[in-house]
Amino acid sequence: MATLEAPLVATPAPRPRRRPDWVVLSTGTVIALLVLMAVFAPLLAPDNPDYANILATNQGPSAAHLLGTDSFGRDLLSRLIYGVRLSLLGPALIILIATLVGTVLAILSAWYGGWFDRVVSRVADILFAFPGLIFAMLAVAMFGPGLVAPVVALSISYTPYLMRVIRAEALRQRNLPYVAACYVGGLSVRTICTRHILRNVMPLLVVQAALSFGYALVDLAAVSYLGLGVQPPTPEWGVMVSTGQSAILAGHPQESLLAGLMIVITVVAFNLLGDRLASRQKGTVRA
Amino acid sequence: MTDEPVLEVRELRKEYRVRTSRAEAVPAAGSALLGHAVTRRERAGVLVAVDDVSFSVSPGQSLAVVGESGSGKTTVARMVVGLERPTSGTIMVSGRERSWRHVSSRERRRRAREVQIVFQDPYSSLDPRMSVRASLDESLRLHFDWTRERRDERVAELLDQVGLDRRQANSLPKALSGGQRQRVAIARALASEPRVLICDEAVASLDVSIQAQILNLLSDIRDATGVSYLFISHDLAVVRQVSDAVLVMRRGRVIEAGPTASVLSEPSDAYTKQLLAAIPRPGWKPTLSGS
Repeated sequence: MATLEAPLVATPAPRPRRRPDWVVLSTGTVIALLVLMAVFAPLLAPDNPDYANILATNQGPSAAHLLGTDSFGRDLLSRLIYGVRLSLLGPALIILIATLVGTVLAILSAWYGGWFDRVVSRVADILFAFPGLIFAMLAVAMFGPGLVAPVVALSISYTPYLMRVIRAEALRQRNLPYVAACYVGGLSVRTICTRHILRNVMPLLVVQAALSFGYALVDLAAVSYLGLGVQPPTPEWGVMVSTGQSAILAGHPQESLLAGLMIVITVVAFNLLGDRLASRQKGTVRA
Repeated sequence: MTDEPVLEVRELRKEYRVRTSRAEAVPAAGSALLGHAVTRRERAGVLVAVDDVSFSVSPGQSLAVVGESGSGKTTVARMVVGLERPTSGTIMVSGRERSWRHVSSRERRRRAREVQIVFQDPYSSLDPRMSVRASLDESLRLHFDWTRERRDERVAELLDQVGLDRRQANSLPKALSGGQRQRVAIARALASEPRVLICDEAVASLDVSIQAQILNLLSDIRDATGVSYLFISHDLAVVRQVSDAVLVMRRGRVIEAGPTASVLSEPSDAYTKQLLAAIPRPGWKPTLSGS
């Protein structure tokens, strides 16, 4: 009988080969390229990004300037390439600080509960009610424009967001029997929190960090655009969108447009990656 | 083997403060580690989960605590291992009282070498990101000052003891079946060489043939190591197989205790009779309890 061809004894099925995930691959490539651009900017940039040439302002693309020049005659391609540095560094710092602080608070809250948890959660609620941009503007008003003040302010306003998401997951992990088993097994609280709980919230943490990165980049670009962040003539995308505005009416939109495009590409790459990682995580069995 | 009990519990009591007046609906406000519901209200705002429970377990003995869900049996187990703090009463292990004030990490490590626990659900009682070897090695590293080679040897020994293939040492829990995971959980509990092993419904979520295997395994382990068992179960058929003595709990109280054979053959309490009548057997028809 043909139906009996399948072996009756269950043999371990060969592990299904993991198909390449194109979303992760492509967004990952974009992000990797951006990072490489930031690192090797001096090698990649065809020109000095700060070299102004009054005789060649607002030029269109040419052999000498592949993407044209801005209203000071600076090479746009070089400025965009150098611009990756600060445009990525800012959000990277914000996310780094926010995840670090958020995770520590989240895990401590989940572990100890009680008044510590309540205080942390209420402070997070209060910070939530405060828009990050307004917070950043306030910080700039107090400490002056630049990279530091907005980064610190936005780090503070991103912390509760990350904290909440991670706390919920850490709390779920904390109540699973394996954590109780670790506790009965005599492991110290620090070991349980770092080696077990942290490791199990790590996938979620990566997803949240990737998703928040895009938002942080947009927020920081907005701060720069408003003239409160990094100051011109430093090459930075938010600044470039802002300085390119005056040329738009004169019929030379390339500076704002190209800088805006870079922001969009980066944000979309991070968001798609974060979304994809999140949905992949949902697909896995969560023991 | 001395006759001094390895585990002795006296007048153990556990109350939970309940915020609402509907005690039935609230499982222990504020206690994050509590995993089950309790359905008893004694006086307003206080829920008595365990009331005046005393027993002792001699070395190598196996004591079963049986009762329906909500009878407080799991709470007793959790208090013995230190996951819950008793309201009153004493717990003595190897003649030493377990106090609940400022238990240091060091003290907890010492206690871990006395009593270990195997939980009901093998799917959530192992760290999903830790291989079998890593789980066992973590415990060995914590409790013994051994070289890597010695620990590897011991891991292999533990796997043998619980009937797992050495090849499975490097797999993650998700690659193992429920029965295999439970074996890992038992091996992990045995790693610290405890004198008492608490099995909290340890076979309840396994299917019957696997249950029998695990019960046999536990009995072999007892013969080999002389460990004592505190066996928490709702299943009298299981209890009959593994325990020397049995304690029947209902609503937080002990209602009957004695050697397994006599309690199960001549139950004196109506509730025990009911429990016995609820064991499925050939020709058994489910009936409403209380008849």
